[in-house]
Amino acid sequence: MKVLAAMSGGVDSAVAAARLVDEGHEVVGVHLALSRMPGTLRTGSRGCCTIEDSMDAQRAAKKLGIPFYVWDFSERFKIDVVDDFVAEYQAGRTPNPCMRCNERIKFAALLERALALGFDAVGTGHYASITKDEEGNLELHRSLAMAKDQSYVLGVLTQEQLSHALFPLGATASKDLVRKEASERGLTVANKPDSYDICFIPEGDTREWLRDFVPSSPGKIVDQQGTELGEHDGHVGFTIGQRKGLRLGRPAADGKPRYVLEIRPKTAEVVVGPEAALQITQLSGERYSWCGRAPKRPEEFFDCEVQVRAHGDTVPAQAAVVEGELVIKLKEPLYGVAPGQTAVIYLGTRVLGQTTIDQTTSAEVAVV
Amino acid sequence: MPVFLDHAATTPCRPVALQALNDALEQLGNPSSVHGHGQNTRAILEDARDQVAHAVGANRSEVVFTSGGTEANNQAIKGIYWAQNRKNNARKVIVTAATEHHALLDPIDWLVEHEGAEVINIAVGISGMVDLADLEQVLASRSEEIALVSLMWVNNETGVITNIGRVTELAKRFGIPVHSDGIAAIGHVPVDFAESGLTAMSISGHKVGAPIGVGALVVARDFSPVSLLHGGGQERGLRSGTMNYPLAASLGAACQEAVSDRVERQSRLQGLRDHIETEILRAIPSAVVTAQDADRVEHNAHLIFPGTQSDNLLFLLDQEGVSVSAGSACQAGVLGASHVLVAMGHSEELASACLRITLGHTTTTSDAERLIEAIIKIHPGALVASQSSQSAN
Repeated sequence: MKVLAAMSGGVDSAVAAARLVDEGHEVVGVHLALSRMPGTLRTGSRGCCTIEDSMDAQRAAKKLGIPFYVWDFSERFKIDVVDDFVAEYQAGRTPNPCMRCNERIKFAALLERALALGFDAVGTGHYASITKDEEGNLELHRSLAMAKDQSYVLGVLTQEQLSHALFPLGATASKDLVRKEASERGLTVANKPDSYDICFIPEGDTREWLRDFVPSSPGKIVDQQGTELGEHDGHVGFTIGQRKGLRLGRPAADGKPRYVLEIRPKTAEVVVGPEAALQITQLSGERYSWCGRAPKRPEEFFDCEVQVRAHGDTVPAQAAVVEGELVIKLKEPLYGVAPGQTAVIYLGTRVLGQTTIDQTTSAEVAVV
Repeated sequence: MPVFLDHAATTPCRPVALQALNDALEQLGNPSSVHGHGQNTRAILEDARDQVAHAVGANRSEVVFTSGGTEANNQAIKGIYWAQNRKNNARKVIVTAATEHHALLDPIDWLVEHEGAEVINIAVGISGMVDLADLEQVLASRSEEIALVSLMWVNNETGVITNIGRVTELAKRFGIPVHSDGIAAIGHVPVDFAESGLTAMSISGHKVGAPIGVGALVVARDFSPVSLLHGGGQERGLRSGTMNYPLAASLGAACQEAVSDRVERQSRLQGLRDHIETEILRAIPSAVVTAQDADRVEHNAHLIFPGTQSDNLLFLLDQEGVSVSAGSACQAGVLGASHVLVAMGHSEELASACLRITLGHTTTTSDAERLIEAIIKIHPGALVASQSSQSAN
């Protein structure tokens, strides 16, 4: 196959590209320039838009003996990922930009362009596995290296996208093995630090970064009954479940800590309450998709597990499509789930589908 | 073997230049030393100076060796600006055009940002030609404030030739010095520095068949720019640092040959260039030859392919084993719209949909045929790919 290896400049994508070459594919390395200022150098942890990363990717490609190009997706990235991120926060939700990037850039814009240019597939350094069931349908599974598993952020991929995706690192037991392999292959990125933060927020401080983009109004901190408990200097950047930084003068009546339950952008109110009110028992959203083959009868509740954060635990649940929404009833409560987050549903290691959460229902009160 | 049709980026080292370099490298001696060793390498350096001077119609003492074109442009722009400014600090205006190379525009921007200079860009039309009537008008209205005029002899992207004689004639009326980036001109059009009326002219070695890392600034004897570098005071005090006689020797040999075989080579390349343009336009009627009506150098074919993106075109051609170029890429490797085409009045879209094909001394008929074949083959794919990467959502 003719495979486009997306090379971020990091160790995972370099080793993934190397394995694709070993498998006998005709491989071309492509670095995605995503920043609007592609010439900038970053300090701190690594992102995906810097000169160093581009050069590191190029060096790795040269080592592997494959052609290398830089493709500019900064405009699409700005519209589809950064603007979306800002708009979601503006609306009081908590988005996952990596998910959007996979959905709209890596396995949409990049894949489309790759197919148009004669490639058969896009290969990345994601930790996830693609397998086939007995009927030949593709399935996305968790990677063997559970600590690094990235199947969650790939939950948005459809059967069609999976058919053009290759994840050569899925069957590797740990990241250490990938680093070791990179070192053995003589790849200079073998010891490059991992990236954890959002690539377009260089300092890692989302709230501070958002200040430049989103008008954030000072407002009141209120309890569930609407009683004013204090003030904040800007509603943007508060996260559901947040406990620190509320600076409430008075202790709660029960003496227990209070948590952010809800953000109301229209009135700039931040609603706080007891931990119990964070217990979410049901999630739902209309922006759902199936990853690979859809369930036979999606309108009937079926058993599954659900994960709501990239590196979070799963809880047992039941899910079904009800009136155009994917509804997920949790068998054990989840704490501090925010609208805007993505719920990915699993059957064992298999990713079955996902939805962006529009509504969460707590044992006490529905939060819209 | 892949086809190389990107000679304006860099052209293969001429065998005479390589031979001169190797011969000189075998000689020991700092050209500034008094002893026999030094005298020996000094002679190599000065022979090279003669060759360069002779090739461009300059006096030997006017040739200052540099590390390349960028240094020559920086030394010219800043050095002349500072010298003019010292004489009369009202002279803060630099007259140029937005179609110049970044190695010229960026030193000017630096002076604007750090030293309060003002830049006036002469109008450039869709033909790619600098509007000399506009230049005349600017000179007349701001003559007391202008420090210098700098206009390139041949545009590195479009190949459009500027009538430098006419530029200096206009500037002379007001006593204003003129610098010209002659990097794309040497060996391609007749260049006679003495006759041109220029105060300074930049040369780059690797565009004429010398290695990368050497160039020259030709500076008229009656003008003393302020130096960028300070040290041993070599090269008329304009280029301190131990003189690089091996690379200078190589530049001398390359310039000499590039000028002496110019007429024959350019006429041969014109035939190939015209054939390339004709065949591409025949197969792809939507394609447009940039600056077709302008006076252009014979080895340059600059084409716009509406509906495509340069990076897709370059990628697909590279896959076919054909090396050409488009606008310039940033340090991270992102290809931007051509600032030259934008300055000529083209849209960002068209300025990001072009190819620069430049032929050179090693180009063969078969190279041209393979290029034509490859462009015709990949054009439909480039159209599709560009649509998919442009449509949002």
